[in-house]
Amino acid sequence: MSNAGDLLKVEGLTAGYGAAPVLHEVTLSVGAGRIVAVLGANGAGKTTLLRTLSGLLPLAAGRVMFDGLDLRGVKVEKMVRHGIAHVPEGRGVVTELTVDENLRLGGLWRKPREPLDEIYDLFPALAQRKNHLGHQLSGGERQMLAIGRALAAKPRLLLLDEPSLGLAPKITSQIMGLLRDLRDRTGLAVLLVEQNVRSALSIADEGIVLNLGRIAAREKADKLADDADLRHAYLGF
Amino acid sequence: MTIVERLATTTKNRQKSRQNRFVPLAGVLVGAAVIVVLTYTLPPFRNYQLATIGAYLCVTAGLTVLTGLNGQLSLGHGALMATGAYTLALWQDRFNLLLPGIVLAVVVTTLAGGVIGLAAARLRGPYLAGLTLAVAVVVPSITSTFDNTFNSDQGLSVALNPPPGVIPVEQWQVWICWAGALLTVLFLAYLVRGRFGRDMRAVRDDETAAKLAGVGVARTQVLAFVVSAACAGLSGALFAVLAQSVSPGAFPLTLSLFLVMAIVIGGLGRLTGALIGAFLLVALPSVAQSIAEDAGSQHLEGNLALTFFGVVLVVVMLAAPGGLASMKFPRKIRKQKGQE
Amino acid sequence: MDRFLYLTFDGLSRGAVYAAFALALVLIWRAARIVNFAQGAMAVATAYVGYSVASATGSYWLGFVVAIAGGLVLGAVVERVVMRFVDHSSPLNGVVVALGLVLIIQGVLGMIYGNDYRPAEAPFSRDAFQIGGVTLLSRFDLFVFGAVGAVVVLLTLLFTRTSTGLRMRAAAFAPDVSRLLGVPVGGMLTLGWALAAAVGSLAGMLVIPTELGLHPNAMDLLFISAFTAAVLGGLDSPVGAVVGGLVVGLLLTYVSGYLGANVAPMAVLILLVVVLLSRPDGLFSKAKARTA
Repeated sequence: MSNAGDLLKVEGLTAGYGAAPVLHEVTLSVGAGRIVAVLGANGAGKTTLLRTLSGLLPLAAGRVMFDGLDLRGVKVEKMVRHGIAHVPEGRGVVTELTVDENLRLGGLWRKPREPLDEIYDLFPALAQRKNHLGHQLSGGERQMLAIGRALAAKPRLLLLDEPSLGLAPKITSQIMGLLRDLRDRTGLAVLLVEQNVRSALSIADEGIVLNLGRIAAREKADKLADDADLRHAYLGF
Repeated sequence: MTIVERLATTTKNRQKSRQNRFVPLAGVLVGAAVIVVLTYTLPPFRNYQLATIGAYLCVTAGLTVLTGLNGQLSLGHGALMATGAYTLALWQDRFNLLLPGIVLAVVVTTLAGGVIGLAAARLRGPYLAGLTLAVAVVVPSITSTFDNTFNSDQGLSVALNPPPGVIPVEQWQVWICWAGALLTVLFLAYLVRGRFGRDMRAVRDDETAAKLAGVGVARTQVLAFVVSAACAGLSGALFAVLAQSVSPGAFPLTLSLFLVMAIVIGGLGRLTGALIGAFLLVALPSVAQSIAEDAGSQHLEGNLALTFFGVVLVVVMLAAPGGLASMKFPRKIRKQKGQE
Repeated sequence: MDRFLYLTFDGLSRGAVYAAFALALVLIWRAARIVNFAQGAMAVATAYVGYSVASATGSYWLGFVVAIAGGLVLGAVVERVVMRFVDHSSPLNGVVVALGLVLIIQGVLGMIYGNDYRPAEAPFSRDAFQIGGVTLLSRFDLFVFGAVGAVVVLLTLLFTRTSTGLRMRAAAFAPDVSRLLGVPVGGMLTLGWALAAAVGSLAGMLVIPTELGLHPNAMDLLFISAFTAAVLGGLDSPVGAVVGGLVVGLLLTYVSGYLGANVAPMAVLILLVVVLLSRPDGLFSKAKARTA
């Protein structure tokens, strides 16, 4: 299913912690302007996949190409310069810094630096709390801050880990809607790891089901949502 | 591993632990015999060095139990040694009865250790290290604060009766120091094998879990500090006997740092490690001294040993993966690695 | 009353030095969660180098600059070559390695320079001048206030107004997240150590002329006082370090002035014990830090 226009191409990726791999020969691709949802049970290797792609975990085997560049050996702190932003699970807001400082941090590597107005327009709630410390924010605000901070880096690919975790359904759908708008408007590609299968598939173009570190299925999102057998086997609904 | 094999090793382990009960006693008896024979064959200077090893062994053994088994790092044991040494000096000045004097030195240092230990039990990591460092830096200066009693930097001389019969002084010193050292080791060996040793390890590994298992965390920590302080007091008293004088210059901060180095290099938490450490504390400066003499440089003297100790300490800490911890339980680490 | 005023100014001057040194400890603590027990020895080493340059060139100020620059280099080297490779799973490991560095530095200094006190001149007169008939403070005291004040202002600007400061703070608080945002965390750590060591070197250059002179152990007691100051203010708090430094400086000067200089070391120890047991998190620290 991969084609020449793919932004991210992963081939035969094997990775994990220490000697025991969590992921086995994972192959996938994400095209520009596409949202790909990665689904699967706890422990399927979804978070490990994102951590490996952004360089937090080493690659045991396989190849990761991003826009023609081999990412093997690229340091974590350089990823953002190549256009990959990773919003880790648990949001990763630096709670000791203010909202504004967190956002500035996201765009720091860009020269010249651009004002953050665009991000504040996107998230009006953050603009009101500009000078609040990270730990004073609600869960939804933190998630918005984490995503906003990643967007401040002007990435071409967003790796998003469980954005709906612990959020009210209303806020989750707000965030999902925002992602869809961004994709449509800016051509952002998103690799979206989600437990919340329904809301992930509601915006995704494509879905990948991971099971025990291997790809169990890869389908168009609407097809995946309709495939009752698959849902029962791997997604539990 | 098959079940039969596993059963076999379990039985072996049980036999081993039964045998283990007599290992310390046997080791100490053999050690005593070796020491006595050595004292008749070694020249006086070597005997003096041997005695110094014995005196160091008292404090390193106590410290390795505190740091290795209970996880409390003390940089103040040099000051506790000074406490024991000055107590003995003041006592000997009035009564000149060595054995009660040594006992008193141990008692006084134990009390001092109790006070520090009470504070220490509430502190962790760098805070405890900082407090004990302050003790090591400040206590020697007390001799100037109360110079009528302690005679400031000059220090005090230690009155001693000549050894009984025709025994040379150095030989007599070895016997005294090693009697103290071997008794200390024997005491500690049985202490750490018992319930107290188990409590200490439990506190070191996980305080919360220890507390849930009914171990009195604070009590165990204070007790560990007190025990190691008593050992330091004995060691200090023995040093007073060896040098026949006490002065603040004999108990500088460097001494406390040397003690930490000795137990880290010897292998934390092991009494044999304490012995290796005590040996190094005498051997390394001696080697450095002879190098310095050959080079004819006054600046090298002492400083070469200092540098050498520092380098060894840093290299050991960096080379042993996992730092102190891997030296504490090499077996456990190996097992974990195997599982990964 | 005149004496009290004089002691107060003297104490503030001494406290300013403690504040700078405590600030250096806090900088490293915030960046790496290590109390740098080698800070005193490192500062002495750079002071020796500084005074060597000063006596070779005849220019105190050249030596002064070399000492501070030496601090930057030494701090970076210590982090890059040694501290980076320490296993931090137990807080004891960092402490023990730092103590090893103390032994190495003091040994090497002794081998090169010997263990006698070497005189260290002050760049300004240490004779106190009179204001309105009251003897208050010396030109050197003014220099101390100026230098420490400048450091405090510069560090504040660095951390609150610059991107590098923001990166350093982020790297210290959340290393993994910061790396994902493109912050070179390792580099920030090296920079933190370098800055801290330079501030420590400054404190050394400010305190050594007021003590017996240059000696490998010259900063041992200062380290204890500054550690007390840092703990008093809370190891996490730069503001606390400054206030703590001034408080400890004043207290020790009053004790020395009214009870005798011999009592001062005891007073430090007692103060440290009281602080550790009553306000272990310090006066200015919000986070629970004692067990960290």
